[in-house]
Amino acid sequence: MADSAVKPVIELKNVKKVYGKDVVGLKDINLTINKGEFVVIVGLSGAGKSTLLRSINRLIDITEGDILINGESITKAKGKELRMLRRNIGMIFQSFNLVKRSSVLRNVLTGRVGYYPTWKSTLNLFTKEDKQRAYDALQQVDLADKVYTRADELSGGQQQRVAIARVLTQDPDIILADEPTASLDPQTSRRVMQDLKMLNEKHGMTVVINLHSVELAQEFGKRVIGVRAGEIIYDGKMSETPKETFDQIYSGGDQDE
Amino acid sequence: MSSTEEETLMILPKKKFKILNLFWIILFVVGLVVSTKVTKTSLGALFANFSQFADIFLQMLHPNWSYLGAVIPLILETIKMAILGTVIGSILAFVYSLLIARNIVKNKAVTGILRVIMNIIRTVPDLLLGAIFVAIVGIGPVAGILALAICTFGIVVKLFYEAIETIDPGPIEALTAVGANKLQIIVFAVLPQVMTYFISYCLYAFEINVRASTVLGYIGAGGIGLYLQETLQVFDYPKTGTIIIAIILVVVLIDYVSSKSREALMK
Repeated sequence: MADSAVKPVIELKNVKKVYGKDVVGLKDINLTINKGEFVVIVGLSGAGKSTLLRSINRLIDITEGDILINGESITKAKGKELRMLRRNIGMIFQSFNLVKRSSVLRNVLTGRVGYYPTWKSTLNLFTKEDKQRAYDALQQVDLADKVYTRADELSGGQQQRVAIARVLTQDPDIILADEPTASLDPQTSRRVMQDLKMLNEKHGMTVVINLHSVELAQEFGKRVIGVRAGEIIYDGKMSETPKETFDQIYSGGDQDE
Repeated sequence: MSSTEEETLMILPKKKFKILNLFWIILFVVGLVVSTKVTKTSLGALFANFSQFADIFLQMLHPNWSYLGAVIPLILETIKMAILGTVIGSILAFVYSLLIARNIVKNKAVTGILRVIMNIIRTVPDLLLGAIFVAIVGIGPVAGILALAICTFGIVVKLFYEAIETIDPGPIEALTAVGANKLQIIVFAVLPQVMTYFISYCLYAFEINVRASTVLGYIGAGGIGLYLQETLQVFDYPKTGTIIIAIILVVVLIDYVSSKSREALMK
């Protein structure tokens, strides 16, 4: 992927993560992801996909190494600096992570919270512009009619799309999606993947997704990264990746499948 | 597997008798007997003086209704004390709970020390608090309000911080990822999940406070308790009866309204 014209947005340098004393999460990961890529990370559960993804926006602190976002180290960032970097990285979760008792609109607006000073956001003083932005985002995921519905009244697929609208409202350069389809049925999963593809193609966001399903990975991914036991064992273009590679990535797993 | 083994598996095995359980039972029974001896508890005394009790009760059953005019203002004062005490205590508890919830404040030393302080405050009974505040601020409802505020704090803080610790951590994670700071995380991810619990606990504390405030007057901390003590001292049981009936009515009414609102809230 060493095209000189493209700019790296995410760089992992010798990243290591050890849980507790000796449980290795990541072993010496080196990885560069460029602007506008659509990357799919595959591997067995427990292989370290989640750890890898969550270390990028520092929901997990790494033990050694450095991670750069647009050339800036998130590993060393503190306080406001860290929050500014995070503001530029959207995240989609397996369990949606919406505030269930709040309305859809409020959930989508939380994507903008990082842009406001504390007192303004606390008093719910979102600008008209941002409210409109949130509504536009909901229209793009076909949920405009649910603006004032409470989040827990929606189905799983709808909730995940609210989460996507939240990311759209946040307007980041990078999107991390941690098993976004794992708790959805196949059709809804495809819909969610299409929405993520839309974020990549229409809005130029760099998308990194952890996926369980090989079919979805093959259908949507443009670059595949295979992870096993905390190491990257494969990295290549999806179009050049043979089926056997997936078998290899998913083999030798005494993890849990 | 041999056939005899299979046969033994067919029959429900007997639960093993634990000798330790028997030991605990004996210990409790002996403890009960010894403590009644030591404290000279005697059920006989209750029955021996039963006629006296019946006599007082009969007198109370003929309440002095003309006394009601004097009782009502003090009942109102009692309720006001309960409301003020609940509000002050709840506000304190709200802030304090956020500081001792381990999913919000990650520093174990901070939460640990604040929790020890909380537990010390919680162990002081309301009447003792009332007595302390009467000594500090003098006789009157202010002492009662302060005592009730501390009591409310003790009740609400414990229930509320436990509610905070059981929330879904997902939204906190999502807000962290969005770049929100601690206060924004609390406002957007934590409070929407726990506000109904908080209000419900405040109402619950209010119910307790209405009951507790009726006795606080006994030690000079304001409210209806003062008349309760006065009438009992001069053996004017018809008046005492009036007060008790008024208290029961108010307590039942407030309990009812409060528990109905709590039910509605949790829907």
